[in-house]
Amino acid sequence: MGATIEDKLFLDRFNVADDSHLKIKDDAVCTDACEDKPCLYLCPANVYRLENDRISVNYEGCLECGSCRIGCPHLNIEWRFPTGGYGIRHKFG
Amino acid sequence: MTQRFEVAIVGAGPAGISAAYTLADRGVKVVVLERGEFPGAKNISGGVLYGHDLARIIPDFADRNPPIERNIVESRIWYLTEDGGYNVSYRDRIFESERRHNVFTVGRAKFDRWFADQASEKGAFVVPSTVVTDLLRDENGKVTGVRTDRPDGDLEADAVILADGVNSPLAAKTGFRPEPAPEHVALAVKEVIELPEETIRERFNVGETDGVTTEILGSVTEGMNGVAVIYTNRKSLSLCIGANLADFAEKKIKPYEMMERFKTHPMVAPLIRDGKPREYMAHWLAEAGYDKIPPLYGDGWLIAGDSGMLFNTLHREGSNMAMVSGKMAAETILEARKTGDFSGSSLRDYVRRLEKDVVLPDLKKYRRFNSFLHNHKEIFTTLPPAFGFAAREMLTVNGVPKKDKQKKIWRNLRKDHSLLSLLRLLRDARRSV
Repeated sequence: MGATIEDKLFLDRFNVADDSHLKIKDDAVCTDACEDKPCLYLCPANVYRLENDRISVNYEGCLECGSCRIGCPHLNIEWRFPTGGYGIRHKFG
Repeated sequence: MTQRFEVAIVGAGPAGISAAYTLADRGVKVVVLERGEFPGAKNISGGVLYGHDLARIIPDFADRNPPIERNIVESRIWYLTEDGGYNVSYRDRIFESERRHNVFTVGRAKFDRWFADQASEKGAFVVPSTVVTDLLRDENGKVTGVRTDRPDGDLEADAVILADGVNSPLAAKTGFRPEPAPEHVALAVKEVIELPEETIRERFNVGETDGVTTEILGSVTEGMNGVAVIYTNRKSLSLCIGANLADFAEKKIKPYEMMERFKTHPMVAPLIRDGKPREYMAHWLAEAGYDKIPPLYGDGWLIAGDSGMLFNTLHREGSNMAMVSGKMAAETILEARKTGDFSGSSLRDYVRRLEKDVVLPDLKKYRRFNSFLHNHKEIFTTLPPAFGFAAREMLTVNGVPKKDKQKKIWRNLRKDHSLLSLLRLLRDARRSV
């Protein structure tokens, strides 16, 4: 099957900031209260991945769409835009 | 010391730049705050723009070397099954000649940069790499400026235009627009696929500067309320596919995997064969329609474009509504400037302008369209295979009498759809458009 998400993100240009603009507010909510974990599916950049029962946040490849913020059933994601000038930089748009 | 402008605009997209251009053209001291490294760096759309609306902002835009990819001379609509699909298209030579800038494709990274340059030439200050993090207000709640993420980053202004797009944490934080629910937006992903110019000309049967748009419904969104498009650029194709965000969450479908499956569809694969993917992006579409438009003005502020959910799903019109609403926000401010009254009761005129123009009447007309698609999931689930079965049967020559084929098609359709549900579909379709 075609290109993976890693292949796709490799096409993009990012100016990666040192600090994450995405934060899980309370890890316990993800592990204990969230059965479906839709962030693992609906994020178009696969930012959220399940590693050793915890959700890791790979903010470096974030496409800044906002879907995780409103798609999290527990609104457990603190979301801001990357600092001015950081994050994805479209070539074509 | 806090800097002072007459108008501060959040976001250098079509709405913000249209407002800035209109204001600067009349000598207003205006600043545009853009979070990207340059205007366009964060911007994305399927990729069509409309000459009529751009000309309302810049009448001689065609003479200013705008980065147009291709002028659209043919529009296709596809209704796809898993194995094939229907194609309806219309081409007209008038779109190659006197109406050649009717619809054209753009890459927003280049186009928005060009557009912002036009506003800068008129005297607007466009400040990139700057996120607006909050709004300044006086003791009565009137908006008096913006706070940015720069050191000493407060700017004062008589009026603020919020034009920061559909994904606006600022709007949510400040309460100007409630955060959308997942069912109120669609999530779309886009891939730009590079191909040689002559290959695009041959595959789409077009001239050097002409292009084709294809809007796609059916099984490609895998049962979700969604749409895909293929647009021709000069040296690339734009492929987009998206669906309602709540549907993504429910179906547990990964957007990038759906894109890969879309690319293997028998009607898509030949068009992109040997193409090189060059960029991958994601964005929301403000799908909620007329009934979810927030209040668009208040004391010292106005909302324009996608931030105000001004988006027409059916006619893929977002950028042009952004331009028109941005221009009208600016004109409202120009009028308010005469008396120096930037209160809500003075800025209310903005909505009257949108009502008199095309923006609000169009959105009102199609207010039922999104719920139509939402309530008739069969359009994306059971109808594509039933329609595919019908065409396949009728087009297969195998000695079976046509009357028997028709019976078989009807039986197959009725397997998943009652007569009543089909009548309801037709009635609701008619009402929604």
